Amino acid sequence: MVSGKQDGVLTGAFYLDGDHACAEGAIAAGCNFVAGYPITPSTEIVERLAQRFPQAGGTFIQMEDEIASSIAIQGAVWGGAKAMTVSSGPGISLMMEHIGLAAMAEVPCVIVNVQRGGPSTGLPTLPAQADMMQARWGSHGDYEIIALCPNSPQECFDLVIRAFNLSEQYRLPVLFMMDEVVGHMTEKVVIPPRETLTIVPRRYTQLSPAEYLPFRAGPDLVPDIVKAGDGYRFHVTGLTHDERGYPVMNAGCQDGLVRRLVDKVRKNADKIQQFDADQLEGADVVVISYGITSRVTMRSVQEARARGVKVGHLRLIVVWPFPETLIRKLATQVRGLVVPEINLGQMVLEVERCAGGHCKVVPVPHAGGAVHDPALITEAIVEAAR
Amino acid sequence: MTQLVEPQACAFENPVEPYLRTERMPHIWCPGCGIGTTVNCFVRAIEQCQIDLDKLSIVSGIGCTGRVAGYLRLDSFHTTHGRAIPFATGLKLANPELKVVVYSGDGDLIAIGGNHFIHAARRNVDLTVICVNNFNYAMTGGQAASTTPIDAVGTTAPYGVVEKPFNLPFLAESCGATYVARWTAFHVRQLTKAMIEAINKKGFSFVEVITPCPTLYERRNRLGSGLDRMQWFKDNSIIKNNTDTRECDIEFQKPIICGRFVDVERPSLLENIHAKLEQIRSGKRR
Ligand SMILES: Cc1ncc(C[n+]2csc(CCOP(=O)(O)OP(=O)(O)O)c2C)c(N)n1
Ligand code: SF4
Ligand SMILES: [Mg+2]
Repeated sequence: MVSGKQDGVLTGAFYLDGDHACAEGAIAAGCNFVAGYPITPSTEIVERLAQRFPQAGGTFIQMEDEIASSIAIQGAVWGGAKAMTVSSGPGISLMMEHIGLAAMAEVPCVIVNVQRGGPSTGLPTLPAQADMMQARWGSHGDYEIIALCPNSPQECFDLVIRAFNLSEQYRLPVLFMMDEVVGHMTEKVVIPPRETLTIVPRRYTQLSPAEYLPFRAGPDLVPDIVKAGDGYRFHVTGLTHDERGYPVMNAGCQDGLVRRLVDKVRKNADKIQQFDADQLEGADVVVISYGITSRVTMRSVQEARARGVKVGHLRLIVVWPFPETLIRKLATQVRGLVVPEINLGQMVLEVERCAGGHCKVVPVPHAGGAVHDPALITEAIVEAAR
Repeated sequence: MTQLVEPQACAFENPVEPYLRTERMPHIWCPGCGIGTTVNCFVRAIEQCQIDLDKLSIVSGIGCTGRVAGYLRLDSFHTTHGRAIPFATGLKLANPELKVVVYSGDGDLIAIGGNHFIHAARRNVDLTVICVNNFNYAMTGGQAASTTPIDAVGTTAPYGVVEKPFNLPFLAESCGATYVARWTAFHVRQLTKAMIEAINKKGFSFVEVITPCPTLYERRNRLGSGLDRMQWFKDNSIIKNNTDTRECDIEFQKPIICGRFVDVERPSLLENIHAKLEQIRSGKRR
């Protein structure tokens, strides 16, 4: 890297907002290259990194737009860096082509989306969770990504490290789906000593240039990687390619490649999954929430319990891949699944699909600009229990 | 009567072959296309530069020229349309030991990627950019580009282009490039030399190469074969080093000014980053 030694990782208890905690988490994860472009409510992340990187040993570059940011990080990864870009709504929309490239060329990187109200310029300073389907499907073609949803500044720190780890392990873009409230709320954040953190290193090949095939995958369906400058003379392309990385324009090669890109997530979904389960056993109703809405839901669940409803709470931490098996099972055990989210119905579509008509699925939509009134979710729980 | 020569009967290996991914041949380019000529020059250039080829990366965007990266036996990156320069910027910043060359088409670098081009020149990021200007979007079938001369036709300008094209040397210089040259595919020696100079230059160096695209641009504009076009370049190029780049506009079928126009010293992005880090470390900047 162009800058100095890695002595800038903080340790201890701090009072941080989610954006700053995310920046610190990235540094702790070993991220040493960030390209970005200012946009509310994500800007504080790049501002903090611009300030901290000279000490922490990283490079920040403010690019001319988000298209450039989202590919500069990929160049940096092939140069050996751990890289991240950060944005919100309009900027994330501009990055879509490069999310596809990162999926296709299997580039480990993290893309942070501090969600705000949309569509278009929407509500720059106010929250939403309306990019959940964009995160999954926004780029063209078939592919899989991983997406995580923190619900506190502490989790912005902890989970962005996991986001980096997952990106390294599965060689794909990981979307870190914050929202304006989580990004701007200030809470206690405990940063543990560096040596206690689990950091997944890049899976560099052990093979010599003569033996190595850049896109030959092992049993976990993920190929080992190399970086530029090490004598491998490898080729990377966004075109459909064979194990050598060379373009092959036919349906057979497409089938093998795209299935593997998708399967490396689908077949490892159990290992990627992460959620919090609160009293799912014996529940009549389960609320499925994620991100900031999970904090509001906790209050609603308490209120519903006080009113005698047997209600459980499933908080999704990894949202993509979606926990299909778990939801399928739950649907056969409960009367209703309640899905509050700050959008007009996105993840609830997945819940409905997995429930397959076995139970009621009750959406609690919100168009964005604020979090839910907890009473709305409480009423939905009570209604679903009937 | 023509005599067919068996391939194995060739006695000599092509001297550029060690630098090419011969297992990928034949390449996709049409007979008479100028892109291959520029690749020959590039291979000669990197041979003569005597740089460690393991430390040389080549980055292309999308287009006929965008395929160059895939044919060179180097660390090579075929990125997205227009975005080779920001990719290369990230690569170079992550590992400043690498030499990074961007090799792409006029549409890729100057139209869809124009914003990245001007900012990279402004930053003086340590890259060499080679732009193959065939006056059209060839890969997609010969549409008009931001480089097509006024009155020349393209499939999306069937009655002739009405927009003034970019003057690439002027654009590059005015945005801050430290080295700017233009040659045609006819000028193989000068082009090779320019590529060497550009690769050895600190900061943002830029070489424009005017090439025939006989399949599309020359055919639609009734300019003959690739060979006819090379003859035309020979007869209609004006070699004038140090020409004021404001005078380097290209008009349809008018003489083309070639040469080395800019060769200046300016602190590069990496130098500026290092200097800033020094200031921060020594406490001069808090
Ligand atoms: C975002 C995007 N838009 C459009 C295209 C289609 N496309 C592929 S190559 C190309 C033009 C390439 O022109 P140029 O860079 O001049 O290269 P040439 O083929 O002439 O060498 C276009 C428009 C694309 N691949 N991606
Ligand atoms: S279409 Fe034109 S630029 Fe493309 S390979 Fe053929 S001659 Fe060359
Ligand atoms: Mg072109």
